[in-house]
Amino acid sequence: MNWAHWIIVPVVLPLVSGAALLLIERSRPALAARLSLLATAAHLLVAIGLAAQAADGTVRAYLLGNWSAPFGIALALDRLSALLLVLTGVIALAAVAYAVAGDAKTRIDKLGPHFHALFQFQLMGLAGAFLTADLFNLFVFFEVLLIASYGLLLHAGGAARLRAAIHYVSFNLTGSALFLIAVSALYGITGTLNMADLAQRVAQLPPESASLARSAGLLLLVVFCVKAALLPLYFWLPTTYSAATAPVAALFAIMTKVGVYAVARMFTLAFGADGGVAADLAQPWLPIVGLGTIALAAVGALAARDMRGMIGYLVIASAGTLLMALGLGSRETVAAALFYLVNSTLVVAVLYLLADRIGAQRGEHGDLLAPGPFGSERSLLGAAYFVAAIAVCGLPPLAGFLGKSLLLAAARDTAYAAWVWAIVLASGLAIIISLVRAGSRIFWKPYEPPAPATAIATSSVQVMALGWLFAALLLNTAAAGPLARFTGAAAQQLFERRPYIDAVLGARPVPAALPIREILGGKPGKDKP
Amino acid sequence: MTIELLLAIGLGVLTAAGVWLLLRARVFDLIVGLTLLSYAVNVFIFLTGRVRIGSPPIVSDKLAPTLASYADPLPQALVLTAIVISFAMTALILVIALRAHAETGSDHVDGAEPSGATAAERDR
Repeated sequence: MNWAHWIIVPVVLPLVSGAALLLIERSRPALAARLSLLATAAHLLVAIGLAAQAADGTVRAYLLGNWSAPFGIALALDRLSALLLVLTGVIALAAVAYAVAGDAKTRIDKLGPHFHALFQFQLMGLAGAFLTADLFNLFVFFEVLLIASYGLLLHAGGAARLRAAIHYVSFNLTGSALFLIAVSALYGITGTLNMADLAQRVAQLPPESASLARSAGLLLLVVFCVKAALLPLYFWLPTTYSAATAPVAALFAIMTKVGVYAVARMFTLAFGADGGVAADLAQPWLPIVGLGTIALAAVGALAARDMRGMIGYLVIASAGTLLMALGLGSRETVAAALFYLVNSTLVVAVLYLLADRIGAQRGEHGDLLAPGPFGSERSLLGAAYFVAAIAVCGLPPLAGFLGKSLLLAAARDTAYAAWVWAIVLASGLAIIISLVRAGSRIFWKPYEPPAPATAIATSSVQVMALGWLFAALLLNTAAAGPLARFTGAAAQQLFERRPYIDAVLGARPVPAALPIREILGGKPGKDKP
Repeated sequence: MTIELLLAIGLGVLTAAGVWLLLRARVFDLIVGLTLLSYAVNVFIFLTGRVRIGSPPIVSDKLAPTLASYADPLPQALVLTAIVISFAMTALILVIALRAHAETGSDHVDGAEPSGATAAERDR
């Protein structure tokens, strides 16, 4: 496992398999589905291997094209990026399995072209965004994952998806424009794009560049909050995610976490406590905006008319909780946030897949929160929904409860303690009420006759995909101790920025196997001085 | 100083026009607005290398080998990436807009006129 190139594998593997899938998806569709599953499983295995490497606490840097940092693009692997890579892999595997499940008429990947290729490209963008140590490269990987997500959102077509896509694409294009302005403004003042180098140079900026650096930093915060769906910028999310097909929505659950990751990375590394004139840039904003997001998301969940709309607001509530905890800015709150992130992402993916099954069982009623006929799987899906609802609203005994209690305990020493406790607990109650209402309307009051003619049975592969995610949720609960230690260490690593900077800037290029002159065909000693 | 001032004013006008068009809630205006915005961003990226006359970004024998005689090549590389991405995205959103128009028969970004709109507002 000591091969230095493992770090680039999560980016290259989906790129190669996605390109191969484009070539074979028409001529050999069965092989393409199998290859997609295999590539996603391999992606997860590589991610687990990288997490095992990162668990020793050293930051590993990888120089793309053997150019030394800060001149070339560097990738860096630490505990936080490894954790998110594994989480992406777990959800992606369930999503692909769910998409290829069922017979030829109900298979989701058959509803439109290029599903598997776009899926792999989205994985590539996600892995790249989690690994890169270069700000412009982060923009490029954001674009890669967004372009793939536009295609995936439109998968299976239809007016509702097109309407959602116009909002989603134009919103994100505007976000990308702001991202470019922020990045190039930072380049204009500091002369670097490497995050580690940027962190050092921002700290040494003279006071006259303070306002420009601070506005560029806050512009970055706005862009990341567009991705993470924070208070004034979340209105696109519920409609977009409910318009997407179920496996795509499940994968999108990790996409809001890219914004959370980027905030965690940039606002500890470059704009954290050691940021000089731009120190603690996000501190005054994130707790307030995060708490507002949680409160409004709870109201939205109460007002939702269908299940997928309700889950959309649960995604927003989770993003609000995470960014609020990041904004509180102590190691304990960040550690609790990272612990909470794992559970909340997994459970949202579970809920999107479950909502699709419920919709398939209820015929024309779909996932509307109204009583209606139900197919033969009412008790099975009801039990699954019950477990997922407990996990998502943070009740014991599942890990959602542990995450929330860690967070509330960590928030006790901060200035916002009273507000955090009041709003998190009150919105938790509102979310419990909306989950209970949804459950009782859908499962408790079936009409007679019980089974509508159009109910589509859950296939064994779909059961396996859901079972895999439930197993991950239970493992998250059973292994809560080791996971909490890992996220605690990851938060520690985020705040001690020196090892990250040293690892990235200190990475030395590998000596070339052949001297460069031999490759170019020149003779030594005859060059110009 | 004049050239910087001119460029800054041009950027401001482009951005303002782009944002105004974005807020018009019509798909065509939205796309033109996004295009103007991306032009403004591209010029902005280019300008982060500072405006300099007669300094190429590529090493040449005719110039003194100091940083002062060369322009920064990096913003030019960055702007190339940004142009390619924004060009592809404009093509994509055009396709989505055409498909959406074919499906919904409306050029409003919500796919239908807001319920309170009068005929005069719709024609505008």
